[in-house]
Formats: sequence, C-alpha cells, structure tokens
Amino acid sequence: MLLASAKKLRSLGIIGMNQRNFGLISRYNPRHLYPLVDDKLKTKLLAQKAGITVPTLLGTIEFQHDVKLLSKILQPYEQFVIKPTKGSGGKGILVIIKHDDHQQYFKPSGETLQLADIERHVSNIISGLHSLGGKPDTVMIESLIQLDPVFADYSYEGIPDIRIIVFRGYPIMAMLRLTTHASDGKANLHQGAVGVGIDIGTGSALHAVQFGETVLHHPDTQKTFSELVIPHWDKLLQLAAACYEMTGLGYLGADLVLDRDKGPMIIELNARPGLSIQVANFAGLAPRVTLIESIGQIDPYPVQRTLFSKKHFARSNTNNDQTIPRLERTRKADR
Amino acid sequence: MNVKLRLYVIVILLMSIGIGVIAYKHYILGFPLLPDQKKAVWSVEARIDFTARGDPVIVSFALPPQAPDIIFTQEEFASPDYGFSELPSTSGRRAQWSKRSANGHQTAYYRLSMHEVDHVVSSITNDLPTEPKKPEFDELHKTAATTLLDQVRNKSANTETFTRELITTLNSDAPNQNQGLLLKEQASEDYKTQLIIDLLALEGISARIVRGLYLQSNRRKQSLSNFVEVYIGNEWLLFNQTTGKIGKPKNLLVWQRGDESLLDVIGGKNSQISFSIIKNVQSTRNLAVKDNLNQQATLMDFSIYSLPIEQQNAFKMILLLPIGALIVVIMRLIIGIRTSGTFMPILIALALIQTTLISGIILFLIVISIGLLIRSYLSRLNLLFVARISAVIIVVIVIMAGISIISNKFGIDQAMSVTFFPMIILSWTIERMSVLWEEDGPREVLIQGSGSLLTAVIAYLFMTNRTIEYLTFNFPELMLVNLAFILILGQYTGYRLSELYRFHSLDRRNAPR
Repeated sequence: MLLASAKKLRSLGIIGMNQRNFGLISRYNPRHLYPLVDDKLKTKLLAQKAGITVPTLLGTIEFQHDVKLLSKILQPYEQFVIKPTKGSGGKGILVIIKHDDHQQYFKPSGETLQLADIERHVSNIISGLHSLGGKPDTVMIESLIQLDPVFADYSYEGIPDIRIIVFRGYPIMAMLRLTTHASDGKANLHQGAVGVGIDIGTGSALHAVQFGETVLHHPDTQKTFSELVIPHWDKLLQLAAACYEMTGLGYLGADLVLDRDKGPMIIELNARPGLSIQVANFAGLAPRVTLIESIGQIDPYPVQRTLFSKKHFARSNTNNDQTIPRLERTRKADR
Repeated sequence: MNVKLRLYVIVILLMSIGIGVIAYKHYILGFPLLPDQKKAVWSVEARIDFTARGDPVIVSFALPPQAPDIIFTQEEFASPDYGFSELPSTSGRRAQWSKRSANGHQTAYYRLSMHEVDHVVSSITNDLPTEPKKPEFDELHKTAATTLLDQVRNKSANTETFTRELITTLNSDAPNQNQGLLLKEQASEDYKTQLIIDLLALEGISARIVRGLYLQSNRRKQSLSNFVEVYIGNEWLLFNQTTGKIGKPKNLLVWQRGDESLLDVIGGKNSQISFSIIKNVQSTRNLAVKDNLNQQATLMDFSIYSLPIEQQNAFKMILLLPIGALIVVIMRLIIGIRTSGTFMPILIALALIQTTLISGIILFLIVISIGLLIRSYLSRLNLLFVARISAVIIVVIVIMAGISIISNKFGIDQAMSVTFFPMIILSWTIERMSVLWEEDGPREVLIQGSGSLLTAVIAYLFMTNRTIEYLTFNFPELMLVNLAFILILGQYTGYRLSELYRFHSLDRRNAPR
C-alpha cells in the first residue's frame, strides 16, 4: 500500500505538518525568539552563559575582507569545522580533519582542498549562499568533535548527532541520526542518514529507518542496531531540557553530540523541528504532547523534568505495541 | 477557543454576505448562474394604417402596460412628420401621434423589445374593480339573459365556475334559442366579449375586457385576442373567452385592459392595425446587466460593470487570482505538494492563460533550464546575492529575447508569447531552484519544480474554465465565500495527503496480519 490511512496515523498519534505549524510552532514558539536559535553563534553564546557545553569556538569571520585572515586563524589548529551561523539542515558545513604544512587540507572522505578552496567556501557563506533567504551570514570556526567509540561502528565519515524534541521543557522524543555513505557524511535524514528512534527511558535503540523505510543494520558498516545504547543518556536529556530555560521556546529540537573527550554537548537548536522523528520512533508525538499539555505547572528544574519524561515516555511505559521489542518483531519476512 | 469562535463568526458572516448577494443578484436582478443561459427577446411591431382626409389628424393607440413579469428593453415610435407624445390615461398608457393636416395613406409604427423575467416578485396591486354597470337589454334579450344565467347558475358552485360555465355555454356547438338570440349571428369577438361582461354584470360580478397578443416566433399580420378578466377573491383572473380556460397563457402579452378603445383615429378612415413578431435569442447575463444598469440598481451602480470596458477586462483577470490562491492553499495544505515560492504557480498559470497550455509549459521549461545552466556558472563567480539575482534577471531577458527572435525566424508564432511570462518571477524561480540544487540535490529541484508546474496547470485549468471565469467576474461576491473557505482551510490541522505517503511505512508495519 502506498498511502497510510489517516485513521491509522491518528490512532498512532502521528502529528502532521499542518498540526505542527498550527498547534505547536505557532502556539508555543513566539516569533521574536527565533533569532536565538536561527543564529548558531547566538545559541552558542547563550548556551555558554547557561553553563551548557558546546564545541569550542575557534574564530569567526563576518566580512569579506577578513577572509584573507583565514590562514592565520586556522594555523594553530589541526582539525576544525567551518559553519555558516544561519545555515540550516547541515548546509555549508565543511569538516577538515588534518592539514599539512604545504597548505593542503583533508576532508574526512580523504578529498584534499587548497587554502583557496576554503577561502572561497568561506566567502560563499558570508555572501549568504547557505542562509535562509540568502541573507548575509557569518562564518564560525569550531573545534572538531571527536567521534565517541560507541558510535565507531555506526557511522560513516561523520559524527552522528542526537535530536531530542523538547516540549515545554520536557524531552518527549529522541532520535539518533547516523551518517552514511548516501548522506555524504552528513546527519541529515533527507540526504540518506539513518534515523534511529531512541528510548527516552534508557537511551537504547528502538527502531531505525533510512529514506522512510525500516533498516535493521547500518547500510555501510552492517552493524545491527539492537545492541546500541547511548551512553551519558541522563546528561543528554538534561542538557536538552535546559534549552527550554535558555531560549523560552516551547517546542524545540535540540541537536546534541557525544564528544569522546568532552562528553555530551549541544551543537544546534531548531525552532521548527521536523516530523521524521516519529517514523524513526515508530510512535506519534501527539499523546506525549497531550500529556505534557495536561501538566499545570512546569517543573522549574530540568533534572526533575527529565525524570518525569523518563518515567512516562520509557519504552516499558508506553502502551501496547510499543512494549514489544520492535526490532525483533519487524523483520522483512513479516511484511 | 475564543479566537476560534471569532473566526467562525467571521467565516459565517462572510459566507452569508457572499451567498446573500449572489442570491439577490440571481433571484432579484436576474443574473443567471451559468454563462450559456439564453433568453428569448421578443420584438413586436404594431403597424397602424389609415387614410387621412386632409384634416388635422390625431391617432391614439393603447400601449401595453408594464408588468412585473416582463421587461421592456426598448420602445420606439416612428411615423414621419407626426408629432408624438406618450400620455397616461385611466386604463393604461397611450401613444398619440398628431399632425395639422395629412392626406392619403398614412402609417405609424410602434416597436417594442421585451423579455420575460424568470423570478417574479409578486406585488400587490390596488387595481380594484368598479361597481359592475347594469347593462340595458330590451325585454326580449333580458328574458333570454335571465334564463341563461339561471341555467348556468345551477351548474356552478362559485364565481369562478360560474364564469367558466357561462363561457362554455355561450360557445357550445349547438346553441339553444336563448344563446342564439343573445349572440346574434356571426357576432364579432368584441361583441362576444362585451356580452360576457354584460351577463356577468347582471349577476353582479365585476369583469373587464383584456386584449392580448400571442407571442409566437416570426409571425406577421397578427391581431389581438380578447379575454375576459374577472375579479374573484381580491384578484383578477383571466378567462379565455372561447374555451373558458382560466389563467394567463404563457406566451401572452397583455396589451390592454379595460374597455377603452385600442385605436382611435380622428381625421382619418379605414384605420387598420396589424402586429408582427420576431423572436431573438440573447444571453441572459447581458440582458440582466443592461436592464439593471438602466434601472440604476444601487448594487450595479457600484459594481465592476460601471467601469470602462478596458478596466472591466483587467478585472476579469484579477478576479481569477483568488481562485488560484485557493488552489494553492488546497495543494499545499491538503495535498502537501511542495512548490518553489508560494504563489509562483499562480503567476505561471496567468502566463499560461496568455500562451496556451502546451506551448506555455514548453517555453517555461526551456527558459528555466537554460537559466539554471547559466546560473550554475554565475555561482562560481562568487557574486553577492543582490548582484546575482540581478544578473539572473538579465539572463532571463536575454533568453526570452533569444527565444522570440529564433522562433520568429523559424515561423513558430506561439513561441513568441514567451514575453507573457513574468520575468522577475522566472528569475526568482531560477535562483531558488539553483540554490536548492546546490543544497539538496537535483531530486529536490525536480520535486519542487514539478510540484510548482502541476499546481500551475491545475490553477490554469480552473482559471480558464468558462463557468468559473463567468462566475468570478459576474459575481465578485464569490471572493468573500472564497475568503471564508481559505480561513477555514487555515484551521485545517489534519494530515496532508503527502504525509499519508511519508508515514506509510508506519501503517504497513503495524497492520494486523
């Protein structure tokens, strides 16, 4: 069957675009707060002020004539990431894992770039190539995140990130996005990254999809997802929950990563998080949103909120179907 | 909740105003709801012939009265060298031609164009009857009349049946002595009418003569037919004086009521009158516009029809835009089709209207693909944003000029309509598509491009539909209804059709086996 029945989706509690825009974003996200998350530099400063770990900022470039300072800025660092501050969906991100003294820079894929190539990339970002609506942008250079060994078998040429939907300060759903060859090392589901639904209660994998279809193992490393458990799960949830106080956005998607050395950190926040997380979790957002909406007083402590979420949204606690280990039940032969 | 309630109040208000005005225009002003409705327009010509004797001449002629169920679109009076005036009289309008001295054969014409109204607003007439005037019969006739009336009275129950019985008895094939005496041999129609009225008067029933013309297509040398109208229970009922049938025949034009003469000629003799009838078919909508402009209905006075024709034509196009907007809302919110630029499809649809569908789509694709090629080169030049889009505009204009010139050389006329495409919109489309290509790859470009084109084609099909075009122009109130729909759609929080596909794996996997 090519189309799902609307009735079925509703019974699963799947939220559609219209309902997201109407019932969540326009209701819980005041527009004046958007700039806080649309500009990654602002988010980063905000997070630092709130004591939340973020990747170290190595430098910024705001004007075209500063592009020639690039080599000087980059000199002390072996590895770095170049990002547009207003880009979305991982656009315009350039990762350099090493460079030699001959001014050759290496991407994770092994491709080499000249300094001139990097300068052009930076200049493109500043002229607004990757920003929303083509507005002039700022470049920020960050320290490279080190892949946590837990994910070594689950990612291809990139760093997986963890998307946690935080509703009124409560983490309600989580997904791990794994880079693949198809996604060109980017953690972007549209481009072919694998989305793995994560149990809020334990941080273990529930169900994985690529291009909207169920997958049982990573397409490149062939490693199955059933044993995957994300370490530091409590800390990740608490960081995400704290973003509510930080930004004031009632419905946000927090993108976090695990750094081998520095542990959990926030890389980006999103005021309009997408809905694919529901497919990865094989569950709808609606019942969880309803539960949180029924809470009269929001707990002021992120830790407390995290405990609440863990209690209510854990796999063992969500009803019927979801209690059965999904990956076991849904082999291809079953269809 | 409060906001929702307010929205629904606004929606209902808009709907009822819109539909109310449409209903008013349809039922009261007579605007048809479909473009192809036609209506018969009758042209009646009355020709008056007489021979003048060299004395002053006055011709007085009864004119048909205005009635709620017909509209006179035009009246003309023609006769050379005569003075003319239209006079009201006690029993209707009369035309009067006059001349100091005339000799020989004279002709006067009266022409009338009229059509029927579909929806009659019944108005209460205070057309009260006068007390029936007792006729003066001699003894013999009086006895015959009394006997006849007794006979008829026995066979009837009320005034209506009495009148009908009286008429059928008088018209029976085998008249008895009394009827024969009253009717005389070979009595004229007028005499018979008068007799019926007299007999009814004896019975104390008010009646009057009505002359009418049967409207039949392309007839010449017609004359008026006589009817008897009887006042029964606060209204006048028309009786056919030969058959006794009650009610006004459908195609009858009432020309004159009451016993005033149809035609009086002073200073002439051998006066004759004959009618010819021609039937024309005209668009109901044009008739309605003309009538209401003539009558200066307030709604019409402040409508698009009061604008010069050129502006009216512009509005024909503009009033189609809301339909396009509705299509876009449906396509995006209900179907979930992704388009590049929210309203770009409408503008493309407008251009398609000018270029025709197939050649328009081909031209659009050619311009966009060449544009994308050149734009991909521009992106390597590291231009600032505004400069880049400006460069694209110039590129688009060059492409359009190129297409026009080349196609002209090859004699393909249709390709020259490429100029109808909005250049700025094309440039923006190229710019957006090209950024999309760089960021999300060609697949996304294809999805959004074909989504936009599909939406544009659907909007085009709706906007070129004759009925929709007709309705939007003649009932601009539809915009309010449209607005109400869009407001309701703005509340739609259900799934988009595309989401049923997007989430289809959820359905399949959990389906009971």
